[in-house]
Amino acid sequence: MNTPPLIRIALARIAHARSGDKADWVDFGLFAWNEAGYRIIEREVTAAKVQAHFAPWLPGHVDAWPLPNILALKLVLHGALQGGGARNLRLDNLGKAMGAALLRMEIELSPEELEHAQKSPRRGWWPAA
Amino acid sequence: MTHSIRIGSGLGFYGDNWEPVVASIERGQVQFIASDHLAELTLAILQKDRQRDPSLGYARDVVPMLVRLWPLMQARGVRFVCNAGGLNPKGAALAVQTALATKGWHPRIAVVNGDDVLQQLQAPDAHFDNMMNGADVTSVRERLVFGNAYLGAQPIVDALNQGADIVITGRVADAALFLGPLVHGLGWKLADAATPEDFNRLAQGLTVGHLLECSGQGSGGNFGSQGDWQNILDLAHIGYPIAEVWQDGTAFITKAPGTGGLVNFDTVRQQLLYEVHNPHAYFSPDVVLDMGQIELRDEGAHRVRVTGALGRAPTDQLKVVAGFRDGFKAEITWGFSWPDAWDKVQAAEAMIRSQLKERKMPFDELFVEYPGLNSAHGPLAQLPPAAELNECAEIWVRMVLRTPVKAVADGFGRLFPWMALSGPAYTCGFQGLNNTSELLGIWPTLIPRDRVQARLEMLEPSA
Repeated sequence: MNTPPLIRIALARIAHARSGDKADWVDFGLFAWNEAGYRIIEREVTAAKVQAHFAPWLPGHVDAWPLPNILALKLVLHGALQGGGARNLRLDNLGKAMGAALLRMEIELSPEELEHAQKSPRRGWWPAA
Repeated sequence: MTHSIRIGSGLGFYGDNWEPVVASIERGQVQFIASDHLAELTLAILQKDRQRDPSLGYARDVVPMLVRLWPLMQARGVRFVCNAGGLNPKGAALAVQTALATKGWHPRIAVVNGDDVLQQLQAPDAHFDNMMNGADVTSVRERLVFGNAYLGAQPIVDALNQGADIVITGRVADAALFLGPLVHGLGWKLADAATPEDFNRLAQGLTVGHLLECSGQGSGGNFGSQGDWQNILDLAHIGYPIAEVWQDGTAFITKAPGTGGLVNFDTVRQQLLYEVHNPHAYFSPDVVLDMGQIELRDEGAHRVRVTGALGRAPTDQLKVVAGFRDGFKAEITWGFSWPDAWDKVQAAEAMIRSQLKERKMPFDELFVEYPGLNSAHGPLAQLPPAAELNECAEIWVRMVLRTPVKAVADGFGRLFPWMALSGPAYTCGFQGLNNTSELLGIWPTLIPRDRVQARLEMLEPSA
């Protein structure tokens, strides 16, 4: 049996995210638009993979919690802010833009999965564009 | 579900815009507005104010905010709760009272105190380990500048029960600003909560507070996505979130008609998880919330039904956030133009490093980033090769020195001006000649609940 080749995409193609800070921790909510997308992020976005993605600036570890009730993952990065926002020297001292850095993380999936996730209706109500 | 109340979001931080609150008061049918002026670090700013003038130390925006909003609230019987008191709730209350009295308005104002635990943290035998890394408080004790426990909703409930129109607190749990009015208005059990139903209602109230405590972030602002944010219309006239909460705890998130923004499953859940760690144990002084069964369901346009929050009894400890002096920083930014912009930036950085060395200026770190290239994503931003960067029209550099010595920070900007005539050519926009600021470390810890005593004071009426 031939398995189709997997492709790599940025998380932004199938999810949205917000980051925040508490002392030296940065946290993310990562949200799939629908159930099909949630099955992908739950499988692909593990604590270990997120830690590897942020490895260049992350001395600490990563916690992850799945929340299927709201099609979301909760991720917490320990030691991500050089000791906290009031002593962090970066322009983004509170990690406000790190949610975007998470959305650039690449995941692996089949083209069929991607198509299914992108064509399935969203759970949320959006006004007609 | 016999009756409900409506509560609107005020500010989400010190410096936020209060104009959207007008629509919530005039067209949102709210009975309460709750306003969060204190981010984790705001007390550090207020501490500097208080050092300059002991009558300060509160979030001063509450005064013009209430001058604008109070007449609108008074006319409709809307009551107001905020934590703008910061390190000096009484000072904030008196400033508000004075400003409103000059307009002929005389609301009943309550003050909530008791969150300041700095002296306990400074006691020689105190044990307040850092709850995030386990470090011992002795390493920072001499450098502590503030330390405040997060109070719960009870003193706010008491103030409203006693007829306060305006409640001004210091540090309380952000969501308690909202839970207080809900407990007061819906007759929920708080101190005497005992059954799962009691705690689940409080958990619903805490969820509502969490969804509303960041103003526009709960109604389509700051929506983090690639695409789609453009479909959230008229953010310049955003309506801050409003919650309609029923006696059984069922809640609906909405906003005032005719306002911008978007309240739906997606915008509400981005806020639900914001700055939450373990979603199955979101601690507050009043209830521990488990979000694992929460259901968010769109019910038409800009109306999301919230159910399923699970609550359990709070712990016997309160969270404390303290701040300690942690040295100084000074920063410069400077633009370098084509040709060879990248090489010139590297040359400038090398010259600064050698000057720091030659002048024996002690420092802990010289942090360098390139605005426009890697400030937002740090080491995750992939820089093009040097040859390509040298062809860029311009490269900007930001250098930040961190040092324990204030005089060294003060002298950092002075290392640069000579380069304008004697360094690499084609530069512009140097900033940072005098740019020292003090760094503060954050010390999160826990304190036994029985060592913190919330105090409620009703101000003497102004007339």
